Amino acid sequence: MSNLVTKAKELLDSKTVQVIIGYEAGPTGLARPVFVTDPLKADKLIYDERCVQNLAVYLTKHEVKHLGKMAIVATLPVMRSIMMLISEQQITSENIVVIGISSEGTLLDIADIQVMQGYIEKSDLSNPSKYKELLAELNKLTPEEKFAYWQKELSKCIKCYACRQACPMCYCTRCAVEVNQPQWIPVQSNTHGNMDWHVLRAMHLAGRCISCGECGRACPVGIPCHLLTMHLTDQVYNYFKVYAGTSEKMSSVLSTYEPNDKESFII
Amino acid sequence: MSDFEPKVVAFVCNWCTYAGADLTGTSRIKYASNVKIIRFPCTGRIDFMLLLKAFANGADGIIVSGCHPNDCHYTSGNFHAKRRWIMFKELMDFMGVDMNRITFSWVSAAEGARWAEVVNTTVTRLRELGPYISYKEMVNNSVEEEVKNE
Amino acid sequence: METIRKLIRKQSLEKLYNQLSATRKVYAPVTAADSQTEYKYNPAFTDITFDHIRSTLSVKNVVFPKVENLFFYSNAKTESTITDVDINKIPEVVLWGAHPCDNAAFDILSSIFCWDITDEFFSKRLEKLVVIGLGCSKSDEYCFCTSVGLAPDSAKGSDILLIPLQNGDYLADILTEKGNNIVQLSPELFETAGDEKSALTEVKQKFSHDKVTTKLATAFEHPFWVENSLRCLGCGACAYVCPTCACFDIQDETRGKDGKRYRSWDSCGFGLFTLHTSGHNPREVQSQRWRQRIMHKFSYMPDRNKSLGCVGCGRCSSGCPVDMNIAEQLEVLQNI
Repeated sequence: MSNLVTKAKELLDSKTVQVIIGYEAGPTGLARPVFVTDPLKADKLIYDERCVQNLAVYLTKHEVKHLGKMAIVATLPVMRSIMMLISEQQITSENIVVIGISSEGTLLDIADIQVMQGYIEKSDLSNPSKYKELLAELNKLTPEEKFAYWQKELSKCIKCYACRQACPMCYCTRCAVEVNQPQWIPVQSNTHGNMDWHVLRAMHLAGRCISCGECGRACPVGIPCHLLTMHLTDQVYNYFKVYAGTSEKMSSVLSTYEPNDKESFII
Repeated sequence: MSDFEPKVVAFVCNWCTYAGADLTGTSRIKYASNVKIIRFPCTGRIDFMLLLKAFANGADGIIVSGCHPNDCHYTSGNFHAKRRWIMFKELMDFMGVDMNRITFSWVSAAEGARWAEVVNTTVTRLRELGPYISYKEMVNNSVEEEVKNE
Repeated sequence: METIRKLIRKQSLEKLYNQLSATRKVYAPVTAADSQTEYKYNPAFTDITFDHIRSTLSVKNVVFPKVENLFFYSNAKTESTITDVDINKIPEVVLWGAHPCDNAAFDILSSIFCWDITDEFFSKRLEKLVVIGLGCSKSDEYCFCTSVGLAPDSAKGSDILLIPLQNGDYLADILTEKGNNIVQLSPELFETAGDEKSALTEVKQKFSHDKVTTKLATAFEHPFWVENSLRCLGCGACAYVCPTCACFDIQDETRGKDGKRYRSWDSCGFGLFTLHTSGHNPREVQSQRWRQRIMHKFSYMPDRNKSLGCVGCGRCSSGCPVDMNIAEQLEVLQNI
């Protein structure tokens, strides 16, 4: 994508930013994250259908932040993650430049965060269709079938926490699982410990997940943990009419309330 | 299983439901004795993980109860709790955890008779549902998973 | 014991498997629903895969389980009773069909677990393990066994090594007494070997591990580490799928008066792995942790344990969500 490379070169040459976070093609043909600090190396940057990873996870990483002001190649999920991070005060809009990429793969002109917000508001923010289908399939099962399904999947979990590390919203320097006074989540990777972990993760992401699917992609043993968080994304919209990552000042879904929040099960 | 008595854990707030349960007692109202009550300052303090820990430790059913909306002793704790339970219930439904075993209710300090009713209805329902075998099996099998390596 | 080379036909292999599977635990590879390979205990012979490249998780589970109980305790008012795990209850396990890279890892794990004191649990499991290895008929771009001194038909760590032949049968190299004992269960299944053609794959050497070890001795402060680890997420997947990674965490879990102490897999890639109680963390940033991973496997272990800490199986790279391709990094490293 030549205008991406041109834009990147411009940003680095003019010293507007010190690092471009984007995608490059690795030697095995897979796309992977790249951090370009030298304008002469900007032609490493690519964008095509292989580039699906959510790069926003690097915006809160110590060694990347300390390179200076950052520009980031941002598709819609990345843009929404950036909004969430700004809204939760983990990054400031002054410290980043967004190189927007449309859903057709073309370069967008995102001058500032307000423009990005406008683009997000015009987009379809519900779960991507392939995940919608999987969720619909699962929702058709009986409770016993659902339990059996998740038992089977969660028994594979080895508690490597790749799902947590790949998620831009899991930026806590000390995660709930790393606290042992009390030990909330059993450390061991048996089905029970795994279930507790995934329930905790899904609940901590309720109202914050922007459905990028990175957690499921990162899992080395193929657990569809992204379906748990995406299901709650659906429900947050159903009940509270909110999609995450749509404004710089999102109110956190689980730490706020509306007095007339509707439910039907509290007697 | 006609002599099955479900074990029920009740997470209640101090100012409303706990006081209400006291009133049930002082009014000499008889009700099912299967409940073990855990007292919290407010329903807003009840972490969803505690409910799962109750099941893991052998509970067959759970009651979560607090002040009516707008009556919270801390003004808004129960509103936060309500939102949390909505999300938690959706997640549990999605994962196939039996939500028929959890009763959420608002019971005030004046509703002694109502507390008895909530407990009795829950216990009756649980007697029909039987012990929560699938959850207990999952916890026990988790021990077995380790033993499998031996 | 001198290696004895025999021929075993596919049908005889099935008979041997069924015989073993009927009387003891056999850990064998099968293809799972999502086409990943995983190891299961005593699957049906027809489910076993003989042409997998690598399983998602390594087979270190048989000697170093992902969760292992160390002892149980019961707390009374003023004292605790401790019940040890009876390691004599550990049964014999036959590891069937693991590739030479996985099998070479057992020696490496031994050099860690039996370094200055002998880890009882590990040693007992290794003692009770019989390895029927399988040479590789397929490989891919992630394999690099030949760069770390191994090959698709390395005998290291196997008690019997099956080498696939072009006609679908197998050569069986009987390497140890343990292997011979298995053969003696049905010696008629093992025929005389001729000069049948093997169907082994080729794995091109990507780097020289000697060069890497030499370079690493003076590369501690090199900017290579920061540049090449920026995309690492610190997720721990590489350590968990690695056949030679042996770090573990020990935790107590108590319920009321009773409890147990267990150990479970841990990873040096986690941010809090080296956090001290004082609050100081000597490996605070990811580049330090990435450097530790490489140096441990290719510099510290050769220095101290006299063995490389890597078998070239490629699981870390194929399982990494951001393509931290270790072979690629070492190819670059050997020339810095």
